[in-house]
Amino acid sequence: MADDKGKDREKGLDSALRRKLLMGLAGLPALAMMPRGAFAAAPTSAVNTTGLAVTDTEVTVGILHSATGTMAISETGSIQAEKLAIAQINEMGGVLGRKIKIIQEDGASDWPTFAEKAKKLLVNDHCAAVMGCWTSASRKAALPVFEQYNGLLYYPTFYEGLEQSKNVIYTGQEATQQILASLDWVAKEKGAKSFFMVGSDYIWPRTSNKIARKHIENVLKGTVAGEEYFPLGHTQFNSVINKIKLKKPDVIFADVVGGSNVAFYKQLKAAGIDLSKQTLLTISVTEDEIDGIGGDNIAGAYSCMKYFQSLKNPNNEKFVAAFKKMWGDKTVIGDVTQAAYLGPFLWKMAVEKAGSFDVDKVVEASPGIEFKEAPEGYVKIHPNHHLWSKTRVAKALPNGQFEVVYESPELIEPNPFPKGYQ
Amino acid sequence: MTNPKTSPMQSLSKAVTVNDNPFMKPIEWVSLLLLAGVILVVLPLMLDGFRLNLVGKYLTYAFVALGLVICWGYAGILSLGQGVFFGLGGYCMAMYLKLEASSVENTKIQSTPGIPDFMDWNQITALPWFWQPFHSLPLTLLLVVAVPVAFAFIISVAMFKRRVGGTYFAIITQAIAAILTILIVGQQGYTGGINGITDLRTLHGWDIRQDSAKFILYFVNGGLLIGCILMAQYVKKSKLGRILVAMREKEDRVRFSGYSVAGFKVFAFCLAAAFAAIGGAMFTLQVGFMSPSFVGIVPSVEMVIYTAVGGRLSLFGAVWGTLLVNWAKTSFSESFPDMWLFGLGALFIAVVLIFPNGLAGIWREHIEPRLFRKAKGLAPAASPALPHGTPAE
Amino acid sequence: MFGDYSLADLSSIFVMQGFAGLILFSVYVLMALGLAIIFGQMGVINMAHGEFMILGAYVTYLCSTFFQTYLPSLFGGYFFVAMALAFLASGAMGMLVEWALIRHLYKRPLDTLLATWGLSLILQQAYRTIFGPREVGVELPSWMMGSIPVTDSIEVQINGLFVIAVTTVITLGVAVLIYRSRFGAQIRAVMSNRSMAGAVGIDTEKVDRTTFGLGCGIAGIAGSAFTMIGSTGPTSGQLYIVDTFLIVVFGGAASLLGTIASAFSISQTQSTLEFFLSGSMAKVLTLLAVVAILMLRPQGLFTLKVRR
Repeated sequence: MADDKGKDREKGLDSALRRKLLMGLAGLPALAMMPRGAFAAAPTSAVNTTGLAVTDTEVTVGILHSATGTMAISETGSIQAEKLAIAQINEMGGVLGRKIKIIQEDGASDWPTFAEKAKKLLVNDHCAAVMGCWTSASRKAALPVFEQYNGLLYYPTFYEGLEQSKNVIYTGQEATQQILASLDWVAKEKGAKSFFMVGSDYIWPRTSNKIARKHIENVLKGTVAGEEYFPLGHTQFNSVINKIKLKKPDVIFADVVGGSNVAFYKQLKAAGIDLSKQTLLTISVTEDEIDGIGGDNIAGAYSCMKYFQSLKNPNNEKFVAAFKKMWGDKTVIGDVTQAAYLGPFLWKMAVEKAGSFDVDKVVEASPGIEFKEAPEGYVKIHPNHHLWSKTRVAKALPNGQFEVVYESPELIEPNPFPKGYQ
Repeated sequence: MTNPKTSPMQSLSKAVTVNDNPFMKPIEWVSLLLLAGVILVVLPLMLDGFRLNLVGKYLTYAFVALGLVICWGYAGILSLGQGVFFGLGGYCMAMYLKLEASSVENTKIQSTPGIPDFMDWNQITALPWFWQPFHSLPLTLLLVVAVPVAFAFIISVAMFKRRVGGTYFAIITQAIAAILTILIVGQQGYTGGINGITDLRTLHGWDIRQDSAKFILYFVNGGLLIGCILMAQYVKKSKLGRILVAMREKEDRVRFSGYSVAGFKVFAFCLAAAFAAIGGAMFTLQVGFMSPSFVGIVPSVEMVIYTAVGGRLSLFGAVWGTLLVNWAKTSFSESFPDMWLFGLGALFIAVVLIFPNGLAGIWREHIEPRLFRKAKGLAPAASPALPHGTPAE
Repeated sequence: MFGDYSLADLSSIFVMQGFAGLILFSVYVLMALGLAIIFGQMGVINMAHGEFMILGAYVTYLCSTFFQTYLPSLFGGYFFVAMALAFLASGAMGMLVEWALIRHLYKRPLDTLLATWGLSLILQQAYRTIFGPREVGVELPSWMMGSIPVTDSIEVQINGLFVIAVTTVITLGVAVLIYRSRFGAQIRAVMSNRSMAGAVGIDTEKVDRTTFGLGCGIAGIAGSAFTMIGSTGPTSGQLYIVDTFLIVVFGGAASLLGTIASAFSISQTQSTLEFFLSGSMAKVLTLLAVVAILMLRPQGLFTLKVRR
């Protein structure tokens, strides 16, 4: 009984959402635009042999992020990007001739809720794919569900690696992709030899710093002057800033997250550490974070990511324009938001390559899929389910945007279990 | 779901006058049967596997709520750190399951096979000593209860011997919850950090991920819950329960009468911790992982609210309250993800301001009198005017 | 571990570290002061204290945007206006909450805890709905940023000095108000014996409301000041709540001096430990020490005998 009510409400919510999305298309003879290619005619029974929620006109996809709770800050951008991508796919005629219908669930920043909602999306709603999760903890909680019920998750966040699942496509970078190229850059460009690491105390910063330390000590032959961790949400950094002043490292390597981020940069600035003289390399600050930190407080810091909003290429300009049209001029687009945007497209291409919505076939078709219209330029799915992508280093500007100063010449191979870095 | 049928009560209420203090009054027997019926028969018949598993998860919180009825409702000790015991129980179980899932065979790609994957990532090459006991299932089952109870004992003896008062105790338990969370998150090599202990597979070779296992675990959980209710009922009805109430009302008088107030408080707190630990262990089994997000302050306070909604003096109310709040939370967040915090917040305030005795209070004050109006002349002793120890104003 | 550094380095670091401890101390006092009044004087456990602080922070944010847009010439001084408004906003909100909620619960202190927890959830969601889930960046006037170099290696943060100054002024103000004014005498009278205070003609309800409002108002000022050093988001308030309560309880709830002493000892312990250990462990050890001391001395550092 609770079931049916819930479903009805979702439908109501969902159709309201679709109306909103379709408003942008008003006036377009949407049906006439649908390509009536070979696959459009494929009968549902042929493209869906595993009981997914696919009809002759629709296919259901889940979105699973935190709309409430502490993580809502970060995950909102991903939700927006995924909805944009799906709206655009629908505008182009959908997937195998079927429009994508969204069921959105709230993980509420609570890990078991992610597992619970993932199960609902797979078992009750039979979603053909799910775009979702943000923190590692939420992914770890939901992962067994995806593996057990053979679902398909597109996970957008850059993360610590050490994972590879048949049922997950990781559209963000794993740690070595993000870190190694930027460390090489800072060593070469700034002649950096000594590093001081400051991070929030949980798995991602610790793993990232571990990888960075190995690279610094073994490859760059530099030294790590200090490695400090603070509980999530910590807001007092004066002591560690004093330590940094004492050690005078060439580079501060920061992976502080969330509210702590804001406090860290404000206090760094107040303590008179001038980021135009002191090199600071961060792997946790995107345009989203700068919103809260304040551009003035972080101007001059270098961030390494695969994507920045200011990236100059035609794909990105189109993407930024579309994003702002849908979600307002004030929104900023960070690395994860872009990665979340890739998910629906990568799925669509894999489905079309496989000619089927069946998870096994989509998974099989995924390696080698290329997305040439990606805002970050070009990505390709590696057999290990991560993406080949470039790494970029950019300097934070007072207006909250980044100026790209370095781009790795080649696509970097994803390597979630890096030898020599564990 | 929360509208139980009530007709049999009228006929049973006659018996009440016979014995002044039976183990359970007839109406309580009816409540128990009703609860057992709903949990063990109605829900499994009505719900699909997915929803049933959800209810199973909610019921693990009911263990905590049950403990809080004894410790908060009866003994007047409000703990804002029940998540600590829920978490410790859950972690003990999770450590056993994780060791089983990390057999040498399953983990041969690691640099040290046979230890949990997160240890390997943190360059730990041997299993730490405190993980060793969790190779054995009987020992684990013992530790699931023993570790949290021992911890509760240490905290409460130190506090109650020195007569730490109610509000202070609440704040200190809250701080303990915060400390433990930071510790678990920070020591990720030994605890799995913020991700918790995940990817649990089998219990003594039995795959707990399959639907059939979940179905069976649901009944084990329900059975244990009813066992705990009976135990709590026994405590409540014993002399001990009366002393607890007396203590809550006038601690000094009980002390001057020669009772060791601290001893009783310690007992109530440890009992609540034991219940919470059982709940935590069942949670791990049914949900398949354990993480520090259950240890912290937020879940601990939420569990207090389950108790408050159900009625802090009613054992059955605690279970109903837990089910109701969680059901509301799930359906609210499915339909209005942005708004459910408003609803939850309003619920907290409403329960405190308008219904201090929760669902059980509403039942006793508004529904029961109506049902019994006809039978009034027959059964004066069943009159609802005796909620066991309404808070003294 | 000091072998690598010169004496001059070390001495300047000790000075800077002392200053860091002083800033932390001021931050803690500012956080705890409002709560010390509400919890210490009234016995109300206000779990929404952090949310009242964040209200002050959001008021500051609105002020900064307002001045930037309409009065850019006066931007340098907006912070003082913002603090005053933050005090008024949080104070008014506090009085409203007292009237609607708290006054029904004076005899049930543990229930105030639940009700105010509910309130904090509602406020968090309200902030989220109004200001969005993301943190907002509060623009500061340029004179408040940066640091003053005292010697080559010693620098003093301006916003740190500012926080210290604000804390000193507010603390003195509260002390004078409570121990030297007529209103303070009334507060203390109501606290020590409510019915007797009522009997001698004190309007206890009014005193309660004003006291609660005062406590919340101070929280608002604290929140406003914290925009300089911390983040402003819907859930930022929760970050402060455990520390704040521990400080008040550790100090001995009913004593202003106790609160200050406890903020001092906790902040010094923490900032010293942070320098020698990792941040996480420093936090754990500090909290553990506080809990352990509270177990040995549950009444806190300072106590005041009251007739209940």
